[in-house]
Amino acid sequence: MGKPILEVNNLRVSFKMYAGEVQAVRGVSFTINKGEVLAIVGESGCGKSVTAQTIMRLIPSPPSYIKEGSSILFDGKHEISKMSERQMEQVRGAEMGMIFQDPMTSLNPTMTVGAQISEGIRKHQKLSKDAALKRAAELLTLVGMSNADERIHQYPHELSGGMRQRVMIALSLACNPKLLIADEPTTALDVTIQAQIIDLLRDIQQKTDTSIILITHDLGVVAEMAHKIIVMYAGKVVERGTLNDIFYNPRHPYTWGLLRSVPRLDSDRNNDLDSIPGTPPDLYAPPVGCAFAARCPYAMQICKEVDPEHFEVSADHSSACWLLHPDAPKVDMPVGVGRGSHG
Amino acid sequence: MESISKDKFQLAEKTTNAETIVRPSLTYWQDAWRRLRTNKMAMTGLVILILLSVLAIFAPMFSKFDYETQYLKDIDLKPSWAHFFGTDDFGRDLWTRVWWGTRISLFIGLVAALIDLIVGVLYGGISAYFGGKVDSVMQRIIEIIYSIPLLLLAIILIVFLGPGMKSIIIAYALTGWVGMARLVRGQLLLVKEQEFVLAARTLGAKPARIILQHLIPNVIGLVIVQITFIVPSAIFFESFLSFIGVGIRPPMASLGNLINDGAQYMRYQPHRIIFPTIVFSLILLSFNVLGDGLRDALDPKMRK
Amino acid sequence: MAEDNILEVKNLQKHFNLSGDRVLKAVDGLNFTIKRGETFGLVGESGCGKSTTGRTIIRLYEATGGQVLFNGEDVQKMSGDARKKFYRDMQMVFQDPYASLNPRMTVGKIIAEGIEIHGLYSGNQKKERVNQLLRDVGLSEEHAGRFPHEFSGGQRQRIGIARALAIEPQFIIADEPISALDVSVQAQVVNLFKKLQKERGLTYLFIAHDLAMVKHISDRIGVMYLGKLVEVATSDKLNAKPLHPYTQSLLSAIPIPDPDIQKQRKRIIPQGEIPSPLNPPSGCPFRTRCPHAMPECAATMPPFKEVEPGHFAACHLL
Repeated sequence: MGKPILEVNNLRVSFKMYAGEVQAVRGVSFTINKGEVLAIVGESGCGKSVTAQTIMRLIPSPPSYIKEGSSILFDGKHEISKMSERQMEQVRGAEMGMIFQDPMTSLNPTMTVGAQISEGIRKHQKLSKDAALKRAAELLTLVGMSNADERIHQYPHELSGGMRQRVMIALSLACNPKLLIADEPTTALDVTIQAQIIDLLRDIQQKTDTSIILITHDLGVVAEMAHKIIVMYAGKVVERGTLNDIFYNPRHPYTWGLLRSVPRLDSDRNNDLDSIPGTPPDLYAPPVGCAFAARCPYAMQICKEVDPEHFEVSADHSSACWLLHPDAPKVDMPVGVGRGSHG
Repeated sequence: MESISKDKFQLAEKTTNAETIVRPSLTYWQDAWRRLRTNKMAMTGLVILILLSVLAIFAPMFSKFDYETQYLKDIDLKPSWAHFFGTDDFGRDLWTRVWWGTRISLFIGLVAALIDLIVGVLYGGISAYFGGKVDSVMQRIIEIIYSIPLLLLAIILIVFLGPGMKSIIIAYALTGWVGMARLVRGQLLLVKEQEFVLAARTLGAKPARIILQHLIPNVIGLVIVQITFIVPSAIFFESFLSFIGVGIRPPMASLGNLINDGAQYMRYQPHRIIFPTIVFSLILLSFNVLGDGLRDALDPKMRK
Repeated sequence: MAEDNILEVKNLQKHFNLSGDRVLKAVDGLNFTIKRGETFGLVGESGCGKSTTGRTIIRLYEATGGQVLFNGEDVQKMSGDARKKFYRDMQMVFQDPYASLNPRMTVGKIIAEGIEIHGLYSGNQKKERVNQLLRDVGLSEEHAGRFPHEFSGGQRQRIGIARALAIEPQFIIADEPISALDVSVQAQVVNLFKKLQKERGLTYLFIAHDLAMVKHISDRIGVMYLGKLVEVATSDKLNAKPLHPYTQSLLSAIPIPDPDIQKQRKRIIPQGEIPSPLNPPSGCPFRTRCPHAMPECAATMPPFKEVEPGHFAACHLL
C-alpha cells in the first residue's frame, strides 16, 4: 500500500435548519492510502453519505457548513474544505470520481452515453472529439459492456439499471481518478445485478489500483472488497479497523449489532433475528454521552455521561466504547459475531 | 486519562427510550408559514398587498369626493393636500378614482380566481379520479377550449353583453379555469398512485373519503399557489381591455382606463399616469413574489 | 379440502394494455396456495410481477384471468358488503415508508382510519385502541399526534403495520416491507412481523426481492421470474436443495458477511440482464441467462411439476 491519498481530520458538518442545527457529521477522521478500499458502514442518517458528499463538496452551503477545525487533505496538497467552487471543478471528475446510488438520475437523459463520457474526458484532457469518443468506447468495454461501439450512441433510457450503473462507473473512471467514491452503488439494483456490479468494481480496482471509498449498509458487499472499514454511528466513527478486525474481532456493541442483524444461512427460523432495538438519535439534539447508549445492551452509567474517546486495540484497530476501559466489566463478543459464525 | 470512579462502570438501568422524537412538532401549515416568514420578498409582497387592499376598501369611503362627480372648476389640478393625486380633466379626484379602480381590479381578480378555483378543481378532480374514458373526453374538451383565443372571445362577449365588469369576468372565467383544471388533474394523477391512497382503498374507504381525506389535502398547497398567479393575470386582462377601451368605461374607474386616460396627458401632467401605474405594478409584482414564496413554502418536495 | 388453505391462487393472470397495442403480461398463470397461519414468501427481481400479484390478490387491480379464492370464496366476484368484509380480513403493508403514509395526517389518524371506516370503535375506545396498537409495534402514545415525516424509515414501516392491524385482519400481504430499510432495521421489522404472527395467528404473503431475509421469515417460498413461478418449496428445502437454476443463482448472489467465506466461495451469477417483460423470451423465460440452456428451452415452456412432495419447479432439466 502506498502513500495517503486522502486524510480526513476531525471533519464536522452541520445543517442549519429552522429549529436549530443538525450536526450530521461530528468529528470524523480517517486516512485512505493509494490502492486501498475503505468501506464506511452504518445505518441511514449516520452521516456516511454526508461525509462522502462533503469530500466531493457536493452539498450546497447553506444549509450545510463545514465547521472550523475540519480538514480534508487530498493527495497531500489540496485542502478541500477551503477550496472554492472553481478550484473544486478542477478536482472533481479529474482526480476524484463519484458513483451514485441511482444511475438514472445521475445521467443526463438528453445526451448519448458516449457524448457524456467524452465530454467528461475533454473537460480535463486535451483530446480531439474522435479520440475522446474512442476512449469512451474503451471505457465501456472496460466496464464489461459488449459492442461498446454501438452502445456509445445509445441514450440512458435505452439501457437497463445495471447497464446504467456500468456507464456511471465508466464515467467516473474517465480521467483515471486517484480516488473513487461509491455511495451505495448497488442498493438500487436487483440482487443478481448487484453481484455483477460488485465483481466489476473489484476487478477495476485491482486493474487500475484506484483508491475507493465504498459507502454501504450491506456488510456482504464490504466483506467482498474492502481493505479497511470504519463504522459510523450518529455522525461519529465508533470503530475502525482492517477487514479482519471488524469482521472477526469487533469491539463495539454497535458493530456487533450490525453483524448480528444479517440473517445467517443456518439461522433457526423459529428464533428471532438479532436486531438493534430502537432508532438512531436525531442529530438535531445529539444525546449527552455515547450516542449509542440508549440502544446498547451493555450501557453503563459512564456511557450516559461522557462520550468515549477511541481506545486502541491494535495499531490499525480502535473502538470508541467504554467497555474497553480497564475498569469496565469484561463483556465477551456475543454469539453470531466473529470467525465461523456464517459457516 | 483522568481517573473515573469505578462505580460508573456498573451496567446501568435502561432509562432512555430510543424511540423518542426530540424535534418540535409542526403541522403542514405551521411549517409553511414558518418558511414563508423567512422569505423577505414574499413577506414584502404580502404586506404591500394587505396595504393596497386596505386602501382600496377604505380610501374611497373616507374621501370627501366620490369617483364620478365632476368639479369643473377644479380641473387638471396637480397633487396637493386637497387632492393627493391631483384631479383629471373633468375635475374628478384622482386619489378616490385610483383606489376605486384598485378595488374594481382586485374584485375582478378575486372573482375570476374563485370561479377558476371551483370549476378548475372540480373538473380536474373528476377527470383524474375517474380516469379512463371520462378523462379522455374531458381532456379533449379542455384542448378545444384552450385553442380559443381569449381576447377574441372577450371582444365577442362584450359586443353581445355590452362592456363592463360582468362581461370581463365571464370572458375570463370561460377560459381561465382550464389551466387550473390541468394542474389539479396532473397533481391528482400523481397522488392517486401513491401508496397511502392504495392503503386507504385496501382499508375499504369509499371514494368520498379518499377524495376528502387523502387527495384534496395533498393538492391544496399547489392550488393556493396557482391562485396567487391567476389573480394578477385576471387583473392584467381587465386592465388591458380597459386600456384599449373595451373594458370598464368611464366614469367608472379601473386601473386600466385610468392608465389609458393618463397616457393621453403624459407630457403635461405626468402624475395622471404615474399613480395608477405604480399601484398597478405593485399589485402585479406583489402577487408574483408572494406566489413564488408560497410555492417554495408549500412545495412538499422541499419539505425536510 | 384436505388442508386448511386460506388462499388459493388458480392460474392468475394480470395483463396491462399499453399504448400501441402492446400487452404487458405482468403475471402470467400463477398457481399456489397459502395455508392458514403460515408465511408464504414470494421472491423475484424487478419486473417479475411479484408486486402485481399481491395487488391483484387484494383487488387493487382486477385480474385478467384466473381465480383467487380467499377462505373458499372467489375474491373477484365479491361486491358490496362481502367486499367490505374482505377488506377487514385481508390487509396490506406497503413498500415505501415515505409514500405509504399520508403526509397531511397525524399518525393517530392514519392508524384510526380503518377503525373509522369499519365503525369498530369510537371516542375514547378508539383512542385507547390506537395507543395500544402503537405500543404493539414498539412506539408509544406520544407519537399519535406527530406527522409521518418526523419518523425514521423503520418507525414509519411499523406505523404502516399498525394501520393494517387496526382492523384485526387474518391475512396480511406485505409488499416488500423491508426493501427500503437498513439491514439492522430490517431485522427489527421482520421480528415484529413474527411476533405479531405468533400472537394473532396471522397468515402472511411476504413479497421481497432478495432471499436473505425471506428465507428466514417464510415457511414456504415461491420464486418468480418474468411473470411466472419457477419454483415453490419449503424454505428449508429451497435453501438446501434449490432445483431451478434461477433459484440457485439468487441464493448464490446473496453476499455473506464473512470475508474468508465470501472470497472463497464459487458463485453462479447469471450473466446479462433481465429481459423486458414486454418482450419475454420464447419458451422458458430464464433461458437467455441460464448456464444450462438447451435448444428445448427456447421451444417450449417447461411444465411446473411436483419434483418431490411439496417441491415444485419448472425446468427441462428435471
